[in-house]
Amino acid sequence: MDVIAALMSGILVALEPINLGLAIVGVIVGLFVGAMPGLGSVNGVAILLPFTFVIQGFTGGATSPMIFLASIYYGAMYGGAISSITLGIPGASTAVATTFDGRPLALAGKAHVALVAAALASFAGGTVSNVMFTAFAPLLATVALSFGDPEVFALMLLAFATFVGLGGDDIPKTIFSICIGLVLATVGFDVVSGEPRLIFFDITGFSHGIRFLVLAIGVYGIGEMLWTINSSRDGTSMSKVDVTARAVIDAIKQFRHAWRGTVIGSFLGFFVGILPAAGATPGSLMAYGVAKLTSRTPNEYGKGSIDGVAAPESANNSASTGAMLPMMTLGIPGSPTTAVLLAGMVIWGLQPGPLLFTDQPDFVWPLIGSFYISNVIAVLINLAFIPVFLWMLRMPFTILAPLIFVLSLVGTFAAYQDMFDVWLMVIVGVCAFFLRLLDYPVAPAVLAIVLGPIAEPKLRQSLLFSDGDFMIFLNRPIAGPITVIAIILIFLPLFKLIRDKMRQTA
Amino acid sequence: MRRAEIVTAFILGILSIYLMWKSGEAPDWNPDIARFDNIGLIEGEGPGSGFWPFWLSFIMLICSVWIAINWYRRTSPPSQSDEEFLDGYGKRMLFVVGGGLFGFLILIEIAGFYAAILAFMIYYVRFLGRHSWWATLSIAFGLVIACFFFFDIAMRIVLPKGLSEPLFIPLYELFL
Repeated sequence: MDVIAALMSGILVALEPINLGLAIVGVIVGLFVGAMPGLGSVNGVAILLPFTFVIQGFTGGATSPMIFLASIYYGAMYGGAISSITLGIPGASTAVATTFDGRPLALAGKAHVALVAAALASFAGGTVSNVMFTAFAPLLATVALSFGDPEVFALMLLAFATFVGLGGDDIPKTIFSICIGLVLATVGFDVVSGEPRLIFFDITGFSHGIRFLVLAIGVYGIGEMLWTINSSRDGTSMSKVDVTARAVIDAIKQFRHAWRGTVIGSFLGFFVGILPAAGATPGSLMAYGVAKLTSRTPNEYGKGSIDGVAAPESANNSASTGAMLPMMTLGIPGSPTTAVLLAGMVIWGLQPGPLLFTDQPDFVWPLIGSFYISNVIAVLINLAFIPVFLWMLRMPFTILAPLIFVLSLVGTFAAYQDMFDVWLMVIVGVCAFFLRLLDYPVAPAVLAIVLGPIAEPKLRQSLLFSDGDFMIFLNRPIAGPITVIAIILIFLPLFKLIRDKMRQTA
Repeated sequence: MRRAEIVTAFILGILSIYLMWKSGEAPDWNPDIARFDNIGLIEGEGPGSGFWPFWLSFIMLICSVWIAINWYRRTSPPSQSDEEFLDGYGKRMLFVVGGGLFGFLILIEIAGFYAAILAFMIYYVRFLGRHSWWATLSIAFGLVIACFFFFDIAMRIVLPKGLSEPLFIPLYELFL
């Protein structure tokens, strides 16, 4: 009952004119960045994070900036489907599975059916996940209150281990990416001893540490843009979309054929989203696979099944809310986007983690309330403004790319008013581009940069407490099982390799 | 791609060794502490300041060796690829876009943000994008004006002006 009362008061705060306005703007920005091939929610929140200082300056709190960024995240999940269906290019990796059936539907002249199905499925996924988030988050936060330093470090280890075990990328490159993120997070002064660390070439700019924002904008504003310019060389053709009221009503009626995919995606997406390293992309792919596997007509998948559009779209929305659960309750982000959101919370003076629910209810509940509001706003704007988004998709990349470059540079300077950060951001972006060409995953590094400043003190405090005995992570009732699972996940690829070798020899 | 994979692994290995060396650095103000004294457990203090970055850099070094072994065994996709690391288009793109970005940065240092934004937008939209002069100048000036009113006037975040500073004095007198 307390939860419902808190949620209701949160929704009322989220409906205040300033918050509602920010949610609408955030959703529109999110729909745009989600729809634009090469841009995703993470690019949107990373590039616009410096601008939230402005919002904080006006409103004086962290709630409104967070509502703005969360709305971008939400809108981007809806937007990804627009380009997947009309261009055949996923607007973001989270909408890859939407192309499987969305594009065939568009080519068959039913783009409006696919777009409406994607919007309604996204709404359903968002609603289911919001309800589950509201139910589970306070519960998990209460459990997490009993966590000490070893438990928190074990959870961090688990977050990194899932990247290694389940990430699907090259193992040594993933581990390298995690480690370099953690090392870069140590640049500056050691918070425990006060000693300077890794001040490269005695450049004073490094003494304040490498700021997360600089790295995030470098990787997602500069590196990703260079990558997109390099990889998108061929022209694309946009499918015609019938957006008359009659066609939309007809498409809404046809959505009844998509209930199975929507239900599977909504529930599966949420739980996959909770897992670090998983998130919306594997969530949507998994939902598509399960929907196809359990379908009575699996042959229709890949040829224009509405269920095949609904399953990944409901899943990616649901997973995006699921990824917020560990970020808000444990202080551990489940995806690069939530890592940026978490960094934002730290910059605004909040301490993400279980205490957030007890110490900052005025922040938490309006934010959760805004999830519900943003979900409604997103589906309405998405359905009402399909022609506008189709028009925006025609914006040439030779105009969008320089705008993003300028925003990245100006945003980085505005955040800290230090040209050193701007230079560093561009250099990081170029390095990220080169590493990406060679399949080095960048998402684990971004997560590591956020978690590094939390993980290191927890490890050091734990070892100080245990007098240097690493068994502290194994012989405590909560930390032990988490550490064991993390170790199993780290060695999972090795087990798979041995199994494959044995099969080959057999 | 294959050659780039091993060259990168080598560079990252060297970087890892440098980071290990740097992590073990003792603070200038305490000559009693020798290099690498801080990478282990210190009696009564727990791990030293270099413990975490040193051992992480060590893992990075192991990963670099691992990547090199995978390269030798041709088990990773880039080590199997005969494609160029950057083909003609990629090299040209990096030169014109990456070079343009660094030019943008240098111009910020000399002529300030607004003049640099104007020059960069004209360079990119007109010369790389081949859009009309009308579209180019509308976007470039529109962006500069929007940024000026948002940052300098509304937010009072003064972006560096460099040599172009005198041009902004009348604007400040008008709007501030």
